[in-house]
Amino acid sequence: MSRVPNNGFSAERDGLSRRTFLAASLAAGGGLLLSLRLPHPARAAAPVAAPIEIDAFVRIDRDGTVHLTMPYIEMGQGTYTSISMLIAEELEVDLAQVQYEHAPPNDKLYTNPLVGFQATGGSTAIRASWQPLREAGAAARMMLISAAASQWGVDEGSCRAAKGAVVHVPTNRSLSYGELAEKAAMLPVPDKVKLKDPKEFTLIGKPAKRLDGPGKVNGTALFGIDAKVPGMKIATVAACPVFGGKLKSVDDSKALAVNGVSEVVHLDDAVAVIAQHMGAAKKGLAALDIQWDEGPNATLSTADIVGQMEAASQKPGVVAHSTGEVDKGMADAKTKVDAVYQLPFLAHTTMEPMNCTVHVRKDGCDIWVGTQVMTRAQAVAASITGLPPEKVTVHNHLLGGGFGRRLEVDFIAQAVKIAMQVDGPVKVVWTREEDIQHDMYRPSFFDRIRAGLDADGMPVAWHHRITGSSVIARWAPPAFKDGIDFDTVEGAVEPPYALPNMRVDYVRYEPPGIPTAFWRSVGPSHNIFVVESFIDELAAAAKKDPVAYRLALLEAPRAKAVLQLAAEKSGWGEKLPEGSGRGASVQTVFGTFMAQVAEVNVSKQGEIRVERVVCAVDTGIAVNPDTIEAQVQSAILYGLTAALYGEITLKNGRVEQANFDSYRALHINEVPRIDVFIVDSAEAPGGIGEPGTSALAPAVTNAIFAATGVRLRKLPVAGALLSAT
Amino acid sequence: MAFTIKINGANHSVDVDGDTPLLWVIRDVLGMTGTKFGCGRALCGACTVHLGGNPVRSCVIPIERVGEAPIVTIEAIGETPVGRNVQTAWLDLEVVQCGYCQPGQIMSATALLSINPDPSDEDINNAMSGNICRCGTYLRIRDAIKAAAKSLASGAQKG
Repeated sequence: MSRVPNNGFSAERDGLSRRTFLAASLAAGGGLLLSLRLPHPARAAAPVAAPIEIDAFVRIDRDGTVHLTMPYIEMGQGTYTSISMLIAEELEVDLAQVQYEHAPPNDKLYTNPLVGFQATGGSTAIRASWQPLREAGAAARMMLISAAASQWGVDEGSCRAAKGAVVHVPTNRSLSYGELAEKAAMLPVPDKVKLKDPKEFTLIGKPAKRLDGPGKVNGTALFGIDAKVPGMKIATVAACPVFGGKLKSVDDSKALAVNGVSEVVHLDDAVAVIAQHMGAAKKGLAALDIQWDEGPNATLSTADIVGQMEAASQKPGVVAHSTGEVDKGMADAKTKVDAVYQLPFLAHTTMEPMNCTVHVRKDGCDIWVGTQVMTRAQAVAASITGLPPEKVTVHNHLLGGGFGRRLEVDFIAQAVKIAMQVDGPVKVVWTREEDIQHDMYRPSFFDRIRAGLDADGMPVAWHHRITGSSVIARWAPPAFKDGIDFDTVEGAVEPPYALPNMRVDYVRYEPPGIPTAFWRSVGPSHNIFVVESFIDELAAAAKKDPVAYRLALLEAPRAKAVLQLAAEKSGWGEKLPEGSGRGASVQTVFGTFMAQVAEVNVSKQGEIRVERVVCAVDTGIAVNPDTIEAQVQSAILYGLTAALYGEITLKNGRVEQANFDSYRALHINEVPRIDVFIVDSAEAPGGIGEPGTSALAPAVTNAIFAATGVRLRKLPVAGALLSAT
Repeated sequence: MAFTIKINGANHSVDVDGDTPLLWVIRDVLGMTGTKFGCGRALCGACTVHLGGNPVRSCVIPIERVGEAPIVTIEAIGETPVGRNVQTAWLDLEVVQCGYCQPGQIMSATALLSINPDPSDEDINNAMSGNICRCGTYLRIRDAIKAAAKSLASGAQKG
């Protein structure tokens, strides 16, 4: 992954070790305000050309409370806790002393250096913060020590910081940070910041309690959908069910007669009912008689899209990776293996449906929302209302799930358009049906993959052609370089294996009208399935054990180690009952090394039960091991839901799925045993929110192959197995 | 139409249509936002509250069917010994992630432990399989229910 073009979510982490520049000042109300500036590493393909700065803010109050402004948002991944741990570790304060608040939108202050603006996604937050936030904590600690030493007239070397106070060791005198903050703020920021030796870490590496836990068990945690604004009305909306269609006409007389409904708002492609509460809004929506102009996609079906992708994939694409001589390697090969893999569109189904509360006034606009992209939320509202961005205030909230869905601002734009027609604040809440049928989907893919094997069954040539939508081309156009979407090919261009004579090419295909977007683990969620399934096919063709085959080809020691560990812990090679099998996968994406072994049982009737998943993960230094285990479990179950059931299909231009009955989610009774093994490491942290998702599907389908001899080259499993047997 | 319902021990009078789902009365009319909206069709359990002691999906309960049965929501479940133990177990085992489904999970778990102090895995499956968690916190939910059962049992012995 370190060789992936350095232009976005996959940026190299060594750029972050550059010196952080810090500035201190007196906080309002007294106390130390520390800001930090990190020059963005020079990047040839950076999405934004100018030097990028990252700023976070640490404020220490006179009472010793440490306030941290969170440049990254909390959507369940535990960021608020682990970001706080980084600073508290170096600052020498207990986590209990740390308070946090959501950062306001500000690309200058809160840019994510691995994305290029203020965004939370791509499993980047800890990778992006590891160096600068520890440096912020260390600088503050050094200044507080300096302030204490000067007050006592002693040498700084005789003082040390611990538990929110500076102690003069020889005399055991002590001053709390609160007492020192104001004086410290007057001092120059140290030229050189000395970070703690990892051996001295007291917080990092030990399980920490989530700071957001208590509010989430007693109902006080506030998500975007919980926003309460005086005078607020509630709206729900129906967009044209056919992608690309428009509103023709609507008879709203029956809706307006519903008790509690106050008005009906028309947009170009949607209708919204404004009411006193969601019950009335939904009732009003159901009472509307809407005529749609269904537009050019009125007859579109999934089969059309697959057919178009298949046709597009016949011709060469843009070369994303090329080493050696593929054609010669193929020609010289003893045997060849060919395969076609297909992946469906996927919805996100965050538990909190899309929603946004907006109050548009002549002189400004307020937005209450949970978003992964604060400045984009502000910018889209400014653009629609015509207000300058500084007149748009975005109040961020906890996110009831992100998974990439809230990297998009379509629902915010729609809510602003509705609010412009409403007097006073309005909360727009999508029904689950709207959420599923107007999601922006993980692209569908059509992959052709081919390998040539030598007499020993080992690959001597490899050609992988990916056909599908580019999310990056729409979402971050400057990062779409020379026809290559680095995300769409991630996990394909740099497999961890020694593959001589290798080519990966990419055919961009945009499905008509269907919006595509990021999804948990995005590019790798597709490529790791293809690559790890195909490696399994090669092992089978070579009549070799799939784990041994991989180990023979793996280059990176950390990749080998996780695969060996997962195999060992899973009892790889031990006998299983009839109908059961084990399957493996290994990957190096998001800066994390991971292997999974799934154990699957397929009954004679074709029912699939995933019994167990063993995961070995080397994510560098494990900042909060408890969160890492939770994220791996979470990503595995997100991946398992998609692998077993996930599929958005179209008929007559409309999404056929509507709610959790037709777009299923895994339930507690379907959950396998999951064992997570975290490898000790002194390397800088990798990303952890997403890798577990991409590694899961191939482990499951490889296990199905081991159990049944049926090779699934299409997801989801449920439908594919049915048609394969 | 006017209805008076009893939530967390207090009476509330609201004027809405009789077919208005209880969820929207709780969230939008009364402003108690701990109870969540997830699907609107009793498919996900995010809106679970206790009605007369039983767990129900408030998104499909019309207010006219509530009558005088007392309603308990996540905001007050910690006032019961079972609810308090469940919340403590949830925190001890670090169950939550995004947290959005957890009020519903906790209401379902509390209802289970209130009638079954020592649930088997199958009992847990039966009681909890209507509550979806897209973060996949299910393994810890199961462990937390067992931990809460244990702490309730030891508390009962002590008492």
